[in-house]
Amino acid sequence: MSVILEARGLAKRFGERPAIEDVSFELHAGEVLAVVGESGSGKTTLLNCVSGRLRPDAGTVRFMTRHEGLKELYADLSEAERRFLARTDWGYVHQRPEEGLRMNVSAGANVGERLMALGERHYGRIRTAATDWLSRVEMDPERIDDSPRTFSGGMRQRLQIARNLVTDPRLVFMDEPTSGLDVSVQARLLDLLRSLTRALGLAAIVVTHDLAVARLLAQRMLVMKGGRIVEQGLTDQVLDDPQHPYTQLLVSSVLQP
Amino acid sequence: MIRVRELAKTFTLHNQGGARLPVLQGVSLEVGPGECVALQGPSGAGKSTLLKCLYGNYKPTSGSVTVAETEVTSASDQELLRLRASSVGYVSQFLRVIPRVPAIDVVADEVRGKPEARQEAEQLLLRLRIPMRLWSVPPATFSGGEQQRINIARTFIRKKPVLLLDEPTASLDAENRVTVTAMINEAREAGAAIVGIFHDQKVREAVATRIVEMEELS
Repeated sequence: MSVILEARGLAKRFGERPAIEDVSFELHAGEVLAVVGESGSGKTTLLNCVSGRLRPDAGTVRFMTRHEGLKELYADLSEAERRFLARTDWGYVHQRPEEGLRMNVSAGANVGERLMALGERHYGRIRTAATDWLSRVEMDPERIDDSPRTFSGGMRQRLQIARNLVTDPRLVFMDEPTSGLDVSVQARLLDLLRSLTRALGLAAIVVTHDLAVARLLAQRMLVMKGGRIVEQGLTDQVLDDPQHPYTQLLVSSVLQP
Repeated sequence: MIRVRELAKTFTLHNQGGARLPVLQGVSLEVGPGECVALQGPSGAGKSTLLKCLYGNYKPTSGSVTVAETEVTSASDQELLRLRASSVGYVSQFLRVIPRVPAIDVVADEVRGKPEARQEAEQLLLRLRIPMRLWSVPPATFSGGEQQRINIARTFIRKKPVLLLDEPTASLDAENRVTVTAMINEAREAGAAIVGIFHDQKVREAVATRIVEMEELS
């Protein structure tokens, strides 16, 4: 399978403190990659750097664009081009859905907005697509005109996913997409994420501290500690036969990941 | 189909003072199409470890493992995923599934995209005596024996040339043991190369074309 995203030698400091150092990895089309590690290990900084939201101090992030081959996010693309990618070919699912949704407009408008970014102006088609996506994320299409403020946490998270996937992106970034939800809602969301990534052939980078989530969603996994990748490989390899002391500690600290 | 040369596996436990735990040493084995090798030996002899080295989720310390012409010890992640998808079926002792997916989909998902996927899944579930009322239920709530049969169904629905079976009949009743024994033999007769751990002597005698004895490292 072809590489869709490639990070080489990424580093970012905040003041004196390095947040990530010497981070390199590849993501293939259609692959789900989990990034695990404790709080403060640099997971979210890594995600921000590779999703065009935070310029690294060193290193490169190359993305395979639909028509123009590999482009370095910060050297080859303008801010406007990065924003356009973020609204179309990428998705970004925030841990707190309130950060990824517009809370003052209806559910349907939240979904339709991304289509309009692609130039769609036909109200009927936008509404049909929004209705369709609400049912695909198992929401009642009757709620299309309701504000996300009236939705539960799990519903908001599903709405955020619908909003991200309506433009048929090839790559989705997810920051702890299931934490903060109660266990049964989590299970439902995991199932939904897995079936959608498979059905749509999506590549995804999922930041999580939950090894069971990583085991269920991701084929491959990166383990971070102190801003560095200490181990990477197939998810079952890393979880069943961890090589690095930190990964061994992580895996032995939880029940049956 | 399967060739193992001078395989060694030692676990290093970094958080127990770097203790080293040798499990496999000097293991060599060849398994051709149509063969079923039963690994035999006491607990701790490294039977499951060997299976996991063949599947590629344990990283050998040294030696070579070739499965369906891929060198597992040096394969990239992508090559290993491809090898598993095309050629290697692995029945582990535990069933790991997404909590909410119905049993029938867990099985049919293995051949997704194929028009007759569901029909084939149904036939397997019938053959393995999973009651129809359970087909639409997620297997998380199933008994041990039922979960094991789902695990077997999802592996056998793809006719893969290499099968690795870790106690596939351990929690099955007599009737289902007979069924699974027959399925293993059918796969072997169709040309699969099989390596398995079968604690049940009757099953072992019914499926194995060769027995390999393993002993614990002293």
